[in-house]
Amino acid sequence: MSTSATTDHAARGASGSGDVPALLSVRELRVHFPTEDGVVKAVDDLSFDLAPGATLGIVGESGSGKSVTSQAIMGLHRGTRAKVGGQILFDGVDLLTISDEELRRRRGQDVAMVFQDPLSALHPYYTVGNQLVEAYRVHHDVSKQAARARVIEMLDRVGIPSPQARFGNYPHEFSGGMRQRAMIAMALINDPRLIIADEPTTALDVTVQAQILDLLVGLQKEFGSSIIIITHDLGVVAEMADDILVMYGGKAVERGDADTIFYSPEHPYAWGLLRSMPRMDRLRTERLVPIAGNPPSLINLPTGCSFHPRCEYATAELGCFTTAPPFDAESDHPVRCLIPHTERLDIFENSVRPSL
Amino acid sequence: MFAYIVRRLFSGIVMLIVMSFVTILLFFSSAVDPARVMCGKSCTPERIEQTRKALGYDKPAVQQWTAFLGGVVKGREYPADEALRKAAPQLVVDCHAPCLGYSTVTQQSVGSTLWTKLPVTGSLAIAAFIMWMVVGVGLGIISALFKGTLLDRAIVGSSLLFYAFPTFAIGIALYTYLSLKWHLVKIPAYTPISESPSAWLQGLFLPALTLALVYIAGYVRLTRAFVLESLSEDYLRTAKAKGLAPRKILFKHTMRAALTPVVTAAGLDLGGLLGGAIITETIFNYDGLGKLAVLSNAQFDLPMIVGIVLVAATFVILANLIVDLLYALIDPRVKYA
Ligand SMILES: Nc1ncnc2c1ncn2[C@@H]1O[C@H](COP(=O)(O)OP(=O)(O)OP(=O)(O)O)[C@@H](O)[C@H]1O
Ligand SMILES: [Mg+2]
Repeated sequence: MSTSATTDHAARGASGSGDVPALLSVRELRVHFPTEDGVVKAVDDLSFDLAPGATLGIVGESGSGKSVTSQAIMGLHRGTRAKVGGQILFDGVDLLTISDEELRRRRGQDVAMVFQDPLSALHPYYTVGNQLVEAYRVHHDVSKQAARARVIEMLDRVGIPSPQARFGNYPHEFSGGMRQRAMIAMALINDPRLIIADEPTTALDVTVQAQILDLLVGLQKEFGSSIIIITHDLGVVAEMADDILVMYGGKAVERGDADTIFYSPEHPYAWGLLRSMPRMDRLRTERLVPIAGNPPSLINLPTGCSFHPRCEYATAELGCFTTAPPFDAESDHPVRCLIPHTERLDIFENSVRPSL
Repeated sequence: MFAYIVRRLFSGIVMLIVMSFVTILLFFSSAVDPARVMCGKSCTPERIEQTRKALGYDKPAVQQWTAFLGGVVKGREYPADEALRKAAPQLVVDCHAPCLGYSTVTQQSVGSTLWTKLPVTGSLAIAAFIMWMVVGVGLGIISALFKGTLLDRAIVGSSLLFYAFPTFAIGIALYTYLSLKWHLVKIPAYTPISESPSAWLQGLFLPALTLALVYIAGYVRLTRAFVLESLSEDYLRTAKAKGLAPRKILFKHTMRAALTPVVTAAGLDLGGLLGGAIITETIFNYDGLGKLAVLSNAQFDLPMIVGIVLVAATFVILANLIVDLLYALIDPRVKYA
């Protein structure tokens, strides 16, 4: 009743077309921070679905609202000044309206999180083992010995050598990759149904990045959890995401399955992201075009389409400077762009694809 | 670890030796003649000369310094001059190690004088320390947890007020109103704890409060800042994301990190205070090291001043060492080699 036709369309990913009930449905999520300089509209009118066992990649530049979205799902804005609106339905239950106690029970158990920088995300004063035991015992009423056994099992699972000995080490005694493995072990220890990985590899060097991503993919198969992977690197989502959500200035500008976003993207910002992505099948140095201009201020978003100052196709006739684009009903997947659908396809085929 | 402690203690001793040298040297570069001071008002030039010889003030500063160090380590005999000792063996005084010499004003042994003042200053410092840690750190935590609220502003504001007032103003105000006018608190006076614990506590209350108020202000702000910093750490977000209970997040994850620097500051402040709280002791006529320091300075009591400086320095050095060791206990990233 409450979901209008546009919301339905907005929420559907190309693959998540609704045969299986979604594990997570985010509906018109809004996260605004009142600050001294004005209201920071970090996330605005964001909707998406995530099927059980599926992987959603959220991509966008720095400041596009990716982390704020993930924190909203974890309920981490509670008790802060943030104004959160919309719905976050997990298995049909709105995480935004449940009690604090209920939310606490779900954190770590239903939804777990892997953070960007494992060194600062782990407490420096407690051993890795201690912190994992703690994570397990919050949700499982077991003895310390049993928890310890479970932790060692998990450390082993994520590929930490001699987990017995490593149990008693402090985070600073681990290497960066090992720390992130431990974080992943901590996220998985309660068998959560959804794992949110917020830039899990940004703090790591390239070879370790690949290992960590492989690990996540492997464990996902094994545990059957859904994953939201947040990144500003399309290459990362290319490896593992089923669906991709492209965020710009706090809004979803395009969403679709990975093939759609990689092979027939329709939003000029998505084209820009693809152009700026280093790829194995071309020489590194050539034709790597960064997107011109800077990310927008979330306090004073540009009028009309917030991407228009950086969009080479934006014109006054299309209304780009004045009209905030709704999702284009012509398109088979959600795209917020005012360029007519056929023209968009044309531009992509003729001038964007050849330059990729 | 053990090697580290030994090394630190050793460098502490070196520091004390250097300090004793500097203090003695400073004194001899001043225009006042200690022998003249000691000899009193009606004193003949011969007696001054004799006093000077007896105390060893006729020798060059370096030699006096070595004699002083010798006295600390193995004790020494007075008169300092060997000829004088030979002339009147029945008058020779044996100053046992650690000998810090004799006051030029009271003729008392410096060591035993300091020893009697120590419990006074110690009581005051420790009582104030407990007060400011409980109240200051407690209010600082509350203020941080309620950041931005009226409560927070009230706490920070009032602590700032105490911070702005000089100690003597606070002390005199408390004394006048609480004690003299309203008779809420007994007139402060030191009673040894061995005599009567309750009298000890009552007599201690006002001076300790005065001293504590100054520190409370600083500790409210210090604690508040570090708790806020700790609250914004990534690992706290992790703790929440795990589903930990708020109480556990607060005590296990926030406080341990936030209070480490507070403990450090507290240790150093206590170490400093054990050397004497000059203003507070003077206002309340508390016969501790601080008051003694003022008096000895005024009377140019060289041996006493050297003794006080060294005792105070020893506390500071020990406090530093203890704080550093505590740090390693609290923070596993700190390693001593
Ligand atoms: N507590 C807050 N108060 C005010 N503004 C905030 C707050 N948290 C985040 N923001 C703002 O919201 C915007 C989105 O931040 P977010 O962390 O979600 O970006 P992001 O997409 O994760 O970027 P990055 O790739 O750099 O991690 C930023 O402009 C940030 O400054
Ligand atoms: Mg982020």
